[in-house]
Amino acid sequence: MNQHANRIDRRFAALKAAGRKALIPYITAGDPAPAHTVDFMHACVEAGADVIELGVPFSDPMADGPVIQKACERALLHGTRLSHVLEMVAAFRERDAETPVVLMGYLNPIERMGYAAFARQARDAGVDGVLAVDMPPEEMGENAALFADHGLQSIFLLAPTTSEQRATTICHHGQGYLYYVSLKGVTGAATLDAEAVGSQLASLRALTELPLCVGFGIRDGATAAAIGRVADGVIVGSALVGRIAERADAPETIPQALREILGEMRTALDRDARA
Amino acid sequence: MSRFFDLTQLPDASGHFGPYGGRFVSETLSFALEELDKIYASLKHDPDFQAEFDRDLTHYVGRPSPLYHAERWSREIGGAQIWLKREDLNHTGAHKVNNTIGQALLAKRSGKPRVIAETGAGQHGVATATVAARLGLECEVYMGAEDVERQKLNVYRMRLLGAKVVPVESGSRTLKDAMNEALRDWVTNVDNTFYIIGTVAGPHPYPMLVRDFNAVAGREARRQSLEQIGRLPDALVACVGGGSNAMGLFYPFVEDDEVAMYGVEAGGDGLATGRHAAPLTANAPRGVLHGNRTYLMSDEGGQIADTHSVSAGLDYPGVGPEHALWKDVGRVEYVAADDHEVLAAFRELTRVEGIMPALESAHALAHAKKLAASLPRDKHIVVNLSGRGDKDIHTVAKIDGIEF
Ligand SMILES: Cc1ncc(COP(=O)(O)O)c(C=O)c1O
Repeated sequence: MNQHANRIDRRFAALKAAGRKALIPYITAGDPAPAHTVDFMHACVEAGADVIELGVPFSDPMADGPVIQKACERALLHGTRLSHVLEMVAAFRERDAETPVVLMGYLNPIERMGYAAFARQARDAGVDGVLAVDMPPEEMGENAALFADHGLQSIFLLAPTTSEQRATTICHHGQGYLYYVSLKGVTGAATLDAEAVGSQLASLRALTELPLCVGFGIRDGATAAAIGRVADGVIVGSALVGRIAERADAPETIPQALREILGEMRTALDRDARA
Repeated sequence: MSRFFDLTQLPDASGHFGPYGGRFVSETLSFALEELDKIYASLKHDPDFQAEFDRDLTHYVGRPSPLYHAERWSREIGGAQIWLKREDLNHTGAHKVNNTIGQALLAKRSGKPRVIAETGAGQHGVATATVAARLGLECEVYMGAEDVERQKLNVYRMRLLGAKVVPVESGSRTLKDAMNEALRDWVTNVDNTFYIIGTVAGPHPYPMLVRDFNAVAGREARRQSLEQIGRLPDALVACVGGGSNAMGLFYPFVEDDEVAMYGVEAGGDGLATGRHAAPLTANAPRGVLHGNRTYLMSDEGGQIADTHSVSAGLDYPGVGPEHALWKDVGRVEYVAADDHEVLAAFRELTRVEGIMPALESAHALAHAKKLAASLPRDKHIVVNLSGRGDKDIHTVAKIDGIEF
């Protein structure tokens, strides 16, 4: 993998070479207040995060359960907008030039900023990928090329309901990694069937070389390890956001809480990789 | 205005109306939407399906609805003749049932035992609960907590019909939040659940099929105008929330260039105050919400704006994507009526014609009155009286300082 490849590709290449799995935390930018987000991102990296999915808060997060809905509300209460999220990424980059950052959220804030302005500002801030939940590849149009020209990879979702035909299309357009949604439901739903996920991933492997990462339902070391056995990476969101919510009144304790839970997952993933 | 689109041939295969519409949904729902698209494509021209739909509309809904000449009101205004397309006389009291009958037939063909819906004024919820009762389907209706409060009568009606009504406490506690919650339900229960969307919005194919099911009103109105007026009307007027009753009336007239069309949005406290629900009239920027691209009220950061209207059914920050295109090509003129004008029109029609309109429909009446006053007596205006006002008696009484 060459020097100029996207940070996401470089990271997954390195993980593969080392036989390790990616640990991908999601936090909502601006939650519980904008001043803390950059510290939280660094705490995630210290605990072994390979990629950070930074949530762009949205007023109508219709794919999210109550935990992330409330995180969006807290962030918006403080006026966190996409432009501020980009500033946070730029601030994070002052101390971390290596960890890939993917912006995750809904399309409308990008639509409103304008795709060209967004692509330029996101590149300048040091963003590596974009995952808009309500932007399937069919609706990307010329924005796919625009993003690519600015070094932004388009990350897409795959779901248990995705047909083989659609999966082929999505794998064709996907970049960086594919985000496999482990269950039918919103974020924060509880039930996760690692065996079923494993067999779904096995059939997807025939369609793509991209790393397959799994999100929804991963909440501790055990669930991370179970998924780590069948996937290239695990994405953990509501479990982190829930801990942030519990400590919203004492935000200085949050970095340590993030390090603990992510550290547990990191250890579980790495133990399995060695075994 | 030159047209670059053949408005009779939309949406395109991918669900777009020019730059609007589309299918902006999370991946889990894509399959269900593709499936719905296929089911509808196979039934759209199926004579048996159409015959079943027509039979239900005739014997269950009570169609055709009359086209009534509001002679006394027209005389008082002293201008053009106003005709009311009486969708308020449909079973359940609004145009909404045309669509739920159609979608219920699709639900039946899809074999799913459960239906869900979002509702604002409660009319779509009632119409959904009604068809669910008739077909023996489990039914759950999401409704903003604020709307549960202001549309109590319809909430109880739905419960009597056997539906579960879920008050939605998130966000602005109105229609858009109900739709968010319905989408969350659908993504969780997509295997056994059919989502009956209540307006010409949402992801493709909903804007198309809701339009097609409501177009029965426009086809009837066109035929009735020829019979009763002796020619096509000079103008059509309908209120626009998501835009289903307007689209239903307008669509069969789209090629009749001599027929002017006016879509009336909710002006709330007045456009100048910013407290309204009129994305088209106020030229809101383009945005994406609930699966489609359209005119959408949002702040500079793309966060969806709070809307305001005395009528729960129009209290929505977006609008159906086909209306967005019809605005751009100039086929329809979109205007707003504010709460004050709307209440006046509500009272006036009730007193002068003995017909109590829904507050949503009273938006169309408020504009029709102004339009009629500006035209000579030999002009004819057809107004979609999309629903009856019984559900709004509480709201109006409260404004009058009366509590039951
Ligand atoms: C009587 C009536 N008219 C109009 C509307 C607005 O919906 P649409 O714009 O889809 O016709 C509603 C919605 O609740 C309604 O109940």
